[in-house]
Amino acid sequence: MTPNANGSPRTIDIVNRSLARRYLSERRFRMCGLAAITASLLFLCVLLFTIGKNGYTAFQQTVIRLDVHFDEEQFSSQDLNALDYQDLIRSSLQRLFPEVEDRSEQRMLRALVSSGAAFQLQESVAQDPSFIGKTIPLWFPASDEVDMVMKGHFKRTAPEEERPINDLQLQWIDRLAAENRIAFRFNKGFFTSGDSREPELAGIWGATTGSFFTLLVTLVLSFPIGVASAVYLEEFAPRNRLTDLIEVNINNLAAVPSIVFGLLGLSVFLNFFQMPRSAPVVGGLVLTLMTFPTIIIAGRAALKSVPPSIREAALGVGASKMQTVVHHVLPLAFPGILTGTIIGMARALGETAPLLMIGMVAFIVDIPRGFTDPSTALPVQIYLWADSPERAFVEKTSAAIMVLLAFMILMNSAAIYLRKRFERRW
Amino acid sequence: MEQALIRESTGRQSPTLVSRRVSRDNRQTVGDPFVADPRMTCRNVNVYYGDKRAIKNVSLDVGRNEVIAMIGPSGCGKSTFIRCLNRMNDTIEGCRVTGEITLDGQNIYDSGLDVVALRAQVGMVFQKPNPFPKSIYENIAYGPRIHGLVDSKAALDELVENSLKKAGLWDEVKDRLHEPGTGLSGGQQQRLCIARAIAVSPEVILMDEPCSALDPMATAIIEDLIDELRQHYSIVIVTHSMQQASRVSQRTAFFHLGDLIEVGATSQVFTNPLHELTEDYITGRFG
Ligand SMILES: Nc1ncnc2c1ncn2[C@@H]1O[C@H](COP(=O)(O)OP(=O)(O)O)[C@@H](O)[C@H]1O
Ligand SMILES: [Mg+2]
Repeated sequence: MTPNANGSPRTIDIVNRSLARRYLSERRFRMCGLAAITASLLFLCVLLFTIGKNGYTAFQQTVIRLDVHFDEEQFSSQDLNALDYQDLIRSSLQRLFPEVEDRSEQRMLRALVSSGAAFQLQESVAQDPSFIGKTIPLWFPASDEVDMVMKGHFKRTAPEEERPINDLQLQWIDRLAAENRIAFRFNKGFFTSGDSREPELAGIWGATTGSFFTLLVTLVLSFPIGVASAVYLEEFAPRNRLTDLIEVNINNLAAVPSIVFGLLGLSVFLNFFQMPRSAPVVGGLVLTLMTFPTIIIAGRAALKSVPPSIREAALGVGASKMQTVVHHVLPLAFPGILTGTIIGMARALGETAPLLMIGMVAFIVDIPRGFTDPSTALPVQIYLWADSPERAFVEKTSAAIMVLLAFMILMNSAAIYLRKRFERRW
Repeated sequence: MEQALIRESTGRQSPTLVSRRVSRDNRQTVGDPFVADPRMTCRNVNVYYGDKRAIKNVSLDVGRNEVIAMIGPSGCGKSTFIRCLNRMNDTIEGCRVTGEITLDGQNIYDSGLDVVALRAQVGMVFQKPNPFPKSIYENIAYGPRIHGLVDSKAALDELVENSLKKAGLWDEVKDRLHEPGTGLSGGQQQRLCIARAIAVSPEVILMDEPCSALDPMATAIIEDLIDELRQHYSIVIVTHSMQQASRVSQRTAFFHLGDLIEVGATSQVFTNPLHELTEDYITGRFG
């Protein structure tokens, strides 16, 4: 340590002494950050892994091949819709297992094939009438119990009375498998059909369209309302008590638990305005109440971040207030507003509680065709399936969660993409 | 003696040599704030930010084809005053302007007057270059377009070209008109802003410290440009550089704590100020 000309220690020496301590605390801080990130990633991985592990099997389905005989006489004489297709399935099974004669055993045999097989059969004949008069091998969905056994979700070694499938049925399944009559297929029905009491027939398309209609209503209402409010409050409104009050209330609104909006929707939209129950339009209205404060807050932040010099520039060449906002401020704030909107919409997509309140939790098989058709939504469908007793709904639940997450990831990526795409430097 | 001097100095003929200056305590304007054929006139202008009075009873004329410089220590109200001339202060909440300001005989604070039309006649260039984050072409074309000054694409092209030529920027950007204006250097951006202001054919151009963010080379180019623009426009320029004021302006106004202390021909103000405060400022005793 060399002292200065005037005897006092040099600054550089003092700095050097404290340097080690400073670096240490910086390292410690970085370690904390890393640990935090690792922990959150770990939780995320565990979550995704559990869902994936439980759910991936739902994208496959066990199918059984039956040789169906389309009797010419029977088909020519009658209306195609009036035929007993259940009986066709029954006789096809009977032909495979002629030794089963006991009535209760026959019923057990029929339980191997999904009750939806008859509908499928009817559809295939309607599509291709050339079947008539021939015996055609066709694949039919197995019942959910068979599906679970084939996927290994039921232990075959468990005592018989604890199994939903008995020893006799297991023998039949094994025989079918030996004859190559059992296979796994991609479960297209999961993506194309509505809800069902039969797990092997239940799909998410109904809930997805319901969510789509609901979100469309939400977007169409909350985006203009949110953006207009944000622009008015940020660019035009005078700063006074009233606008302060409004601001506080908007922030409060954004923090209100969503179930409260559901109750509000129930008492106002359903009871007072007599709007239809379980309808996407009401769901959309309720979610709008929830979403537009988010859009206002994001929008105001985006508008605030536009440098005042841009406003001055526009006003300086004689643009009116309105032109300044529309031509310059809004385009610059747009990426931020868009991000806020998409994040708000993603939240609305995952919202369950308010939809329960307005009856979108009903069991609905039909695919909704409009805004007033009864329907449910993806997160509600998840809730419904999670609540169902059948083992087969467990994988459905996880699969539906995966689909919901995929939509979320899609929306959030879109937010990031649009932000990058429209972001401009100034 | 002092009274006599004030009367003498506010008369039309400026005194050739003053042996004793007006005392620091005198807050009245000395020199001659009025011109024969003014483009803009300000009479008894007061500006308040809430309760705070930032401009106190200022009267001043802006002549035709002249550059008038506003100098003074920072915080004395130069920006506040210049922003009154195109009512930019309207956008500041709590800011109130009293008195009378006219442009070609018309009171610009008249309730019947449209501020949009006023700003088309009184252009403004700001301290920090602020081109729109759009192409160079769009930056210039924006003003004429919103005011409906041109009716064809060809006319607009020509106007853009002329404005850029007047701002001395054409040769540098003619091959990149559709590239972003924000990609230019600081000096070029400021000239782009000047071109943008010229494009709507204003009568007066206000410049609030237009060179304070620029290097000496870019500053010299803009100073030459200001001298040329004088042929077509009246220019009010705020500057903290006394050299700049003496180089570009014909008249100089010195502000101090919201008062207009002295106005006069630039050569006189810098060589022979009438007020002690002016002398203090130009000799660097405070600033
Ligand atoms: N928006 C504003 N709100 C309140 N006071 C302001 C505002 N702008 C300027 N002032 C005050 O008015 C006075 C003059 O400011 P300004 O005109 O910016 O000075 P100059 O440009 O000469 O440096 C200063 O005291 C400043 O604090
Ligand atoms: Mg200033």
